[in-house]
Amino acid sequence: MSAITREEVAHLARLSRLELSEAELDHFAEQLDAIVGAVARVSELPTEDVPPTSHALPMTNVFRQDVVRPAGTPILDRAEVLAQAPAAEDDRFRVPRILGED
Amino acid sequence: MTDLTKRTAAETAAAIANGEVSAVEVAEAHLDRIAKVDDRINAFLHVDAEGALAAARAVDAKRAAGEKLGPLAGVPLALKDLFTTRGIPTTCGSKILEGWLPPYDATVTRRLREADVVILGKSNMDEFAMGSSTENSAYGPTRNPWDLDRIPGGSGGGSAAALASFQAPLAIGTDTGGSIRQPGAVTGTVGVKPTYGGVSRYGMVAFSSSLDQGGPCARTVLDAALLHEAIAGYDMLDSTSIDAPVPAVVEAAKLGATQGIKGLRVGVVKQFAGEGYQAGVVQRFQESVELLRALGAEIVEIDCPSFDFALPAYYLIAPSECSSNLARFDAMRYGLRVGDDGAHSAEEVTALTREAGFGAEVKRRIMLGTYALSSGYYDAYYGQAQKVRTLIIRDFEAAFTQVDVLVSPTTPTTAFKIGERADDPMAMYLADLCTIPTNLAGNAGMSLPCGLAPEDGLPVGLQILAPAMADDRLYRVGAALEAALLEQWGRPILDLAPAL
Repeated sequence: MSAITREEVAHLARLSRLELSEAELDHFAEQLDAIVGAVARVSELPTEDVPPTSHALPMTNVFRQDVVRPAGTPILDRAEVLAQAPAAEDDRFRVPRILGED
Repeated sequence: MTDLTKRTAAETAAAIANGEVSAVEVAEAHLDRIAKVDDRINAFLHVDAEGALAAARAVDAKRAAGEKLGPLAGVPLALKDLFTTRGIPTTCGSKILEGWLPPYDATVTRRLREADVVILGKSNMDEFAMGSSTENSAYGPTRNPWDLDRIPGGSGGGSAAALASFQAPLAIGTDTGGSIRQPGAVTGTVGVKPTYGGVSRYGMVAFSSSLDQGGPCARTVLDAALLHEAIAGYDMLDSTSIDAPVPAVVEAAKLGATQGIKGLRVGVVKQFAGEGYQAGVVQRFQESVELLRALGAEIVEIDCPSFDFALPAYYLIAPSECSSNLARFDAMRYGLRVGDDGAHSAEEVTALTREAGFGAEVKRRIMLGTYALSSGYYDAYYGQAQKVRTLIIRDFEAAFTQVDVLVSPTTPTTAFKIGERADDPMAMYLADLCTIPTNLAGNAGMSLPCGLAPEDGLPVGLQILAPAMADDRLYRVGAALEAALLEQWGRPILDLAPAL
């Protein structure tokens, strides 16, 4: 049985923001189908009363004081950050059109 | 004069501290070695000769001024290109970050600088640490110094190959499913995945946040311990960092080498054997287990039935986390941007950029994770994998009530040929069969060389696993085994690698 169709890969690619080529859609459909078929083995273990683990350590949030940190602690330099942007303008990231134009 | 590149990190640090050589001489010797051999190995994506020499000069100046030097001062190192380095290219092996100069140092980078370690450059890796062969690097594969037609493991193949080809005595790797230990095994070097939370992930570009762990790579167990202590410890910038003292790994390595492991209980994992395991790997592993017994260890077979499901659970959990983490590569704030011509919306630019900037394995995993997390499939895939993760943790807990450490082969086979598994993801994933359970459980693991497989003459790795925050046990057992093997062999295993 084929679990993942070409159409499903196209949908996943849209969700994943990947503009896949036609050739990639074919190739990935075949490979993802094989991988999903293999990883589906996890359902073979009885896990009725088993709680899920998202993280091996107990997770607690870490807070810091809301104060200006001294030099040497990580504070990013604005000019240095913007110099790495694909485009910047007036001390801001310059991005392509987000909303429809009208 | 002896070849400075052949020395261990401990020897080099001692020689610099006592004035036998300068840190600049050591750095130059390694930069010369890189210039001589790395066109064949491709271990480095970026060599920072200027930065390395400046760091070395600073060490020499400190010594001249009578300042006390740290235990790794002046020792050269290859830093996996997954760690940010301020002003120095950090690509993660991906086209999407080509040319990016990070505006900050990772905590590991900062600690290395503070320890006066000389960072030679950034080492090659599978793109975003996804792979077991370093073939997924956008900048060409790294080659195994033992046989240039073979893979050096992955994702940290560059770090392991740099060690095995004497381009650096120390390296940093990251281990999400085996990316430190598996390259260590197939190159005849030592690699340690510390307890999850033991080494800060701040500035280590995230692949699978609940599994990723940075750690030391070296040619000897003691060197790995020295590097481990230099980078480990609590960091408030990583919310998963463990706020507890670092296990005394250097002391453990010294004790293991001098006082052995008499009375230690060692468990052999029953699940890591059988079909798919190369005969020579099994042979060298079993000989090492007998050696541990001869050293006074008590050997017990341990059953961990859920380990058989670790690989499928991993290939649901890691891609799920990856699909979320890699959403940050949106072409807006840093990295590549494609299609920004006024005709495309921001969303289209993001999709065009990710299509152009990511390689096949990264795309596969993003889509696999997106699938596993999507409504209708979540419970059957991601949810079920998380339950399997609980069972794996329980198997480890039960095992560690019976034994102090577990051992297994690190990998089912020795290094395979470049290209052999490149387009067969499931075959590639099998390389991490024995290393993955530890990542899922968050405990500690080491791989160290235990011989050459008779049929192909390639290195075999032995894996040691210890409970969380008992990383010192890895070093105790590893150093004891290393010393016993060295006595048998009469020389370090890398002396047997072909000359480059």
